[in-house]
Amino acid sequence: MAKQLMKGNEAIAEAAIRAGVEAYFGYPITPQTELLEYMSKRMPELGRVFLQAESEVAAINMVYGAACAGRRVMTSSSSPGISLMQEGLSYIAASHVPVVIVDVMRGGPGLGNIAPSQSDYFQMVKMAGHGDYKPIVLAPATVQEAVDLTALAFDLAERYRTIATVLLDGVLGQMMEPVELPAMRALPTTPPAWAITGAAGRAKNSVVPFRMQADDLEALNLELQRKIAEIARREVRFKEYLIDTTSGSTDKAELIVVAFGTAGRVALSAVKAARQKGICVGLHRPITLSPFPDERLSQLADEARGFLVVEMNAGQMLQDVKLSVGGQAPVRFYGRTGGQVPMPDDIALEIEKLDEMTGHPLDHKIEGPVALRPVDRPARRQETSRTSRN
Amino acid sequence: MIAVEPFTEQVVFQRPRAMTGAPTTYCPGCMHGVAHRLVAEAIDELGIRERAILVAPVGCSVFAYNYFDIDSVVAAHGRAPAMATGLKRVQPDKIVFTYQGDGDLASIGIAEILHAAGRGENLTVIFVNNAVYGMTGGQMAPTTLPGMKTTSSPLGRDTRTMGHPIKMCELLSQLDGAAFIARRSLHSPAEIRKAKKAIVQAFKTQIEGRGFSMVELLASCPTNWDMKPVDALKWIETHMVPIYPLGDYKTRVES
Repeated sequence: MAKQLMKGNEAIAEAAIRAGVEAYFGYPITPQTELLEYMSKRMPELGRVFLQAESEVAAINMVYGAACAGRRVMTSSSSPGISLMQEGLSYIAASHVPVVIVDVMRGGPGLGNIAPSQSDYFQMVKMAGHGDYKPIVLAPATVQEAVDLTALAFDLAERYRTIATVLLDGVLGQMMEPVELPAMRALPTTPPAWAITGAAGRAKNSVVPFRMQADDLEALNLELQRKIAEIARREVRFKEYLIDTTSGSTDKAELIVVAFGTAGRVALSAVKAARQKGICVGLHRPITLSPFPDERLSQLADEARGFLVVEMNAGQMLQDVKLSVGGQAPVRFYGRTGGQVPMPDDIALEIEKLDEMTGHPLDHKIEGPVALRPVDRPARRQETSRTSRN
Repeated sequence: MIAVEPFTEQVVFQRPRAMTGAPTTYCPGCMHGVAHRLVAEAIDELGIRERAILVAPVGCSVFAYNYFDIDSVVAAHGRAPAMATGLKRVQPDKIVFTYQGDGDLASIGIAEILHAAGRGENLTVIFVNNAVYGMTGGQMAPTTLPGMKTTSSPLGRDTRTMGHPIKMCELLSQLDGAAFIARRSLHSPAEIRKAKKAIVQAFKTQIEGRGFSMVELLASCPTNWDMKPVDALKWIETHMVPIYPLGDYKTRVES
């Protein structure tokens, strides 16, 4: 199929439609609203369900209901809306029903702003709702990848009867890029055996998000943990750039930048620039933030001189990188908050600092300092004007 | 020789097919058992058991999924109308109903119930109003009567600081999407029979695709009212009915 130019939000919506989403429930919030608007037009055209809910709280519970019926269902929102959905997500997790959530992140906390951010890492990857559960979290860095991961999200959600989320920021949601869309899939004809479809010719089904007895609730938790472990074993995905781990290779990356989504994309430019200056640096970009590629990072840490984590937040994935590296090498951090997007030059400077800091083998065990922004550089004018918009 | 009359057995009363027979967790004198039975009888009479779906609430009737022999889910507190909307929209041929208490429906879930009614969502709502939060031990509900003592209004509900009862039938009947809104009481056999008829009519409203239907049932909570069951029924009649008048608040014929 020929490529077409599409906005991230609309491309995700069309990808979900082609993946066979049967119902969409959502609520307007910038910067994801185009996704909802696109669905409001396309879903009725195809005879599928679109409903604008009265709130994100209602939207996620509508999603919960449709998921209990065994239908492919999704919602989309942005950070404050996702906060409101956390209650519903906890119930969905307890019920083992598949749902797909798209979060187009914006600046926080509070009402924050509508500029791009990655500060929902904690609330999505760790899940802010009550109880022990973990969704699958997929983090695209291009509009094409967002399209591909949206289809994957539906497959994984159903395979494991879990929450699968596509986590991107306002840059990707709003950006237009050429994309190749997948073919339209046929809708499933029969709902799964556990679905709430009316007890016709069979014993009744129940979907119940509680267990009164401690033994039963522990059993439910153990089942969730078994599922999380299986997903961690089978579904880790990442991309690496300029990391040659071949023994004896002269291109071998000694420094590893770790960044996801838009930050990963910007970081790649910085990594390439640093390579040109002769610094042996590569990029590891997690695609599954959950399950996290901890084993791979631990492996890289065996030989790397140091790590630099770059995020559009105050250091959230940083914690998982540190856990993976396990003190084997210093881990520095560079992050921007408030809806700021890091610039390649700033990241390149941080790579140089890491290079200097880890130049001597004895420095390996020294924990790197955390820099929220380079103190020796004035804020860019362009960035200042961006934050004043709301 | 003595002629023996052939023995013929005739069933005059039995458990509705739509109930499982599981013993309930409800307190002695609680009206949930009666309300459940009326709903189950209505389901049997309308022949919709195999396409009925219950959305149970959070509250005493959280266990209702266990008592009805139909496909069931349990919603988060107050969210039953939203969950029912999801279930119904993807399978409009099913008969989806919520069963909610006053704390669930009129307090934490008031946005969900208002918008389900406003959209004319083709659902049925069974709303059991006993003026207190039962499961948490009798705290003040939005439907608690003025002056009524509860564990969180120990000196009685003072309307100056705790507000007035929220009257859901009166409120929802203002919405164009609402097709059938009625209030009944469970305080006497005669009222129970009237309640049953209203429940049947509510389900019929949904079967005919006419939009949102709700039956509010005034019920007692002897445990949390600290009354004997018979006294509690009397109290419904003398204290609740004047505040919550019985009757049909909306009967829209067209869809």
